[in-house]
Formats: sequence, structure tokens, C-alpha cells
Amino acid sequence: MYDPHTFRDRSKSRILFGICISFFFLIFGTVSLIFGDDWDRSNEDKWNTAFMETVARGEKLFHGPELGGNTVQCAMCHPNATNTHPETYPKFQKQIGKVSTLREMINWCIQNPLQGKPLAYDDPKMIALEAYIMYERRNSILVPGKH
Amino acid sequence: MEEGKLSRRDFLRGTGGLLAASIVPMSLIEIACGGRGKGTHEKFTFAFISDPHLTHIKGTNFVRNFDSGLNKAIETVNLMFPRPDFAVFGGDLAQLGKREELDHGMELLSKLKVPIKFVIGEHDYYLDLGNYWQDKISKLNYSFDHKGVHFVVLNSILTYDTWIKRWKTPEERMNEMARLDNPNGSPFMVGDDQITWLKKDLENIKSGTPLVVLSHSPLYKIYKPWNFWTDDAEKIQSVLDRFDNVTVFHGHVHQVLYNQIKNISFYALMSTAWPWPYPESYTQSPHYIPKMTVFMNRQDPFHERDGTGWAFVNMDNAREEMHYKLWENKDRIVKYDESAGHPVDSIYQKPESRILPQTHY
Repeated sequence: MYDPHTFRDRSKSRILFGICISFFFLIFGTVSLIFGDDWDRSNEDKWNTAFMETVARGEKLFHGPELGGNTVQCAMCHPNATNTHPETYPKFQKQIGKVSTLREMINWCIQNPLQGKPLAYDDPKMIALEAYIMYERRNSILVPGKH
Repeated sequence: MEEGKLSRRDFLRGTGGLLAASIVPMSLIEIACGGRGKGTHEKFTFAFISDPHLTHIKGTNFVRNFDSGLNKAIETVNLMFPRPDFAVFGGDLAQLGKREELDHGMELLSKLKVPIKFVIGEHDYYLDLGNYWQDKISKLNYSFDHKGVHFVVLNSILTYDTWIKRWKTPEERMNEMARLDNPNGSPFMVGDDQITWLKKDLENIKSGTPLVVLSHSPLYKIYKPWNFWTDDAEKIQSVLDRFDNVTVFHGHVHQVLYNQIKNISFYALMSTAWPWPYPESYTQSPHYIPKMTVFMNRQDPFHERDGTGWAFVNMDNAREEMHYKLWENKDRIVKYDESAGHPVDSIYQKPESRILPQTHY
């Protein structure tokens, strides 16, 4: 049944709610303008520089004896990171016996042909290797699972 | 011993339908097949071992995997029947040109029961510019005749003086040259002095004589960023122009690769150390891989020897037949096809007969 009191109450609370929201956006907008996200071109440059520095560290590791125990280097079998196929991971990796990530395969190579010790998955060296490998295979189509 | 038995069986299997006659010497089989072609020389075979890249760690330690690759090739050649007349070593005995590596390599190769002809590779050369190699192992370029075939060995890994002078120490120079994908790299060349020598060497050789040129780098241009490239290749090719039948065998590229440029057939040799991908799998620069090439299967790193091997060359009636012995993979025979006018893979040339995965992506 129609109740005029209830209608009036609802109408009042709606107006109040509207005022509150408008006030909030006014304050938030002003604060954002002063303290908010300061994104501009220099941010992107900074991030790109950080990425390319990581790629360069990866390239150095990939072409040096540091990762292994027998002076063998990743680039011997993988010039320009070819035949690493990062775009195919995760995939079933026969030598590991399960669906594996690129990081697991990097460690397999470090332990076997390079006769070295595996890296922690969050080791900056591991991240640098991954960055270099992915960068060399940029523009490849993602085909997870492919052999 | 076990490896040797397998390899011999594999070799005989590689000769196709002749398996039933596996106890008959190859030379008899060839006679039974009847003569063909226009060659005048006696039939013979030679083995080709290349690119073992023996690597010194320290003291008496060497990289086990590369040692075992060369040892396997040596044992296989020693167990072959009939035994090849000689073996050609295609270069890159050492990884960084060190005396320890070259001495170690010569010690391993001393077990080979056939004479050996040496070709120098860039990994043997750029530490001391070939001094130790010339003192202890071989001349850098020379020629010899064998059963009616004229063989020429070229040192194809020379480069520009400006590049050589760019580096402060011999070690730095060696390390820069040893990196395949080095943006600071410099292309190889044979050089004018050697081309003059080659012209003189060939002066008295008749045009009908089968000619075999042995080099480390391919004497044509494939991919500059990885130095699969000989800068003065055209000059050398033009010196060989007047011969009816020229074959170039080279190492360096660690893969099955063959080509025909005018009168010259080119065949690449496998590495006993590690395989290299085809340059087309890195598409950031133009490459000139011959269209007729059928790529190897993509290597399986689970198998230590996959993508590596050595070759056995059959000089049959002045046309060669290349038997690629891929240790963890199916053997390949690439031979000159008279009707096509170039070498073809005897089994896998047609796309529908290829093994999966034989495309690189």
C-alpha cells in the first residue's frame, strides 16, 4: 500500500546520498589533482630503461661462464636465444617429466650441459635470463604447449 | 665397443636396400651396382669429423660432453668396414685456441687409425693467429691428390686487420671471435694471398679432374650476424669456375646444409659437440639459406648427442654422396641429383615425407 511518509523519507535520503557522493568526488578529484598518479612519458622511459638493463644483464649471463661449472655458455647452443622457444611454455618437458615453465627448463640447462647449480625462481639472475630470452623472441605468437 | 657396433649397423642401414649384403665390403657392392656417371678416378671413401670444440676447464679437466662426442666419432671411424682411405678434420678442435685444448685434441685424434688431413677453424686460430697449429698440427693451406681427385685445403677464417687490431689482448680477440651472435663480429675471408696461391695450385689441373675444396666456413654467404659468411666467396668461386665438378665440404655451421652455386656443390658437416639452429629461426635479419635445404629435426636436449654427428663421404663416379650420421636422430643421405642439377636429400626432400617437427618457428 502507498505510504506518503515513507515516500518522503526515501526521497530525502536519496537527496542526502546524492549530496554526499558529489561532495566525495569533489574532494577526491581535488586531492587527485594535487597528489594523484603523476604518469607521463618519463615514467615509461624509466620503466623501459629498467627493462632493457635487465635484458642486458641477461644477455651477459647468457654469454658468460658464470652460471655453470664447466665454462659452457647458454649461447653456445642458443645464439640470440634461438631454440629456447619461451612462447611455447608451459609445456610438457620430457627431461623434467611434467608440464614445466621456462624457468624450470633454464635450471635444467644450468644443471646439465653447464654443470652448474640451479637458480631460485625469484633470483635476479633468473629474471634477467628470462627477460633476455623473451626479448629476443619478441613478436612471436604465443603457443603454450607446442613442441 | 657397444657404440661401435651400433654405429656400424647404422652405417650399413644408411646404405638403403643393401642391408642384406651387410657383410660384403662396400667396394664390391659398388662394382655389383655397375658404373655410372663420367668419373675417371678410382672409387674411395673418406670420413669427415668436425667441430669438437674441446674446452679446457682447469688442470686436466675438459668438458666431458665435448670429449665424448669426438671420441665417439673416432671409435666409429676405426670400426668402419671398409675403412675410409683417410679422415678430414674440419676445424674448431679447440674452443678458445689454448695449447691445452689443441694438445688434448691431438691426443684424442692420435687414436684414429687412418691418416688425417687438417683444416683450421676460427676457434683454433684467433688466440695466437695460428702459430701453435702450424708448429704442431698442420699447414693452414695446402693441396694433395688422391686416386684421381685433387683436394685443396683453404684457411677460410681470416678477417680484416682493422678488426684484429681492435682488441687489446689475444684472449680478448679470441673471446670476441668465439661468440657466434656477436654484434662486434667480423666476416671471414680467404684473402687475396691465398687466392693467388689457389690460382697457381690449380694452374696445371685439367678441367675434367674432380676437385674437392675443404674449408672451415662455407665458401658462400648464408647469414652475416652469425658469421655463416665468407666475404670474398665470389672471388674463390670464380677461380673454380672452369672445373666440371667441384665439391666444397665445410664445417662451422653444425647442421645439415647443402647448396649448389653454378658448378659447385656445397655440403656442411655436423659438429661432434653441439648443434646450431638454422638462422631462419631468428628472423631479425635477412638470411640466405639455400631453398633446397631440408632442415634437421629440432634437437631434443634430453639426448646429449642429439643434433650432432659426423659424416662419411662416398666419392662415387666423380659425384659425392654425403651420409650424415646423426647419433640420436635418423641418418640422412644427401646426394647430387643429375636431373635436378643440385644435391637433394634422398628421403626427406618432399614436404610430405618429412619427419615432425622439421619446421622451425
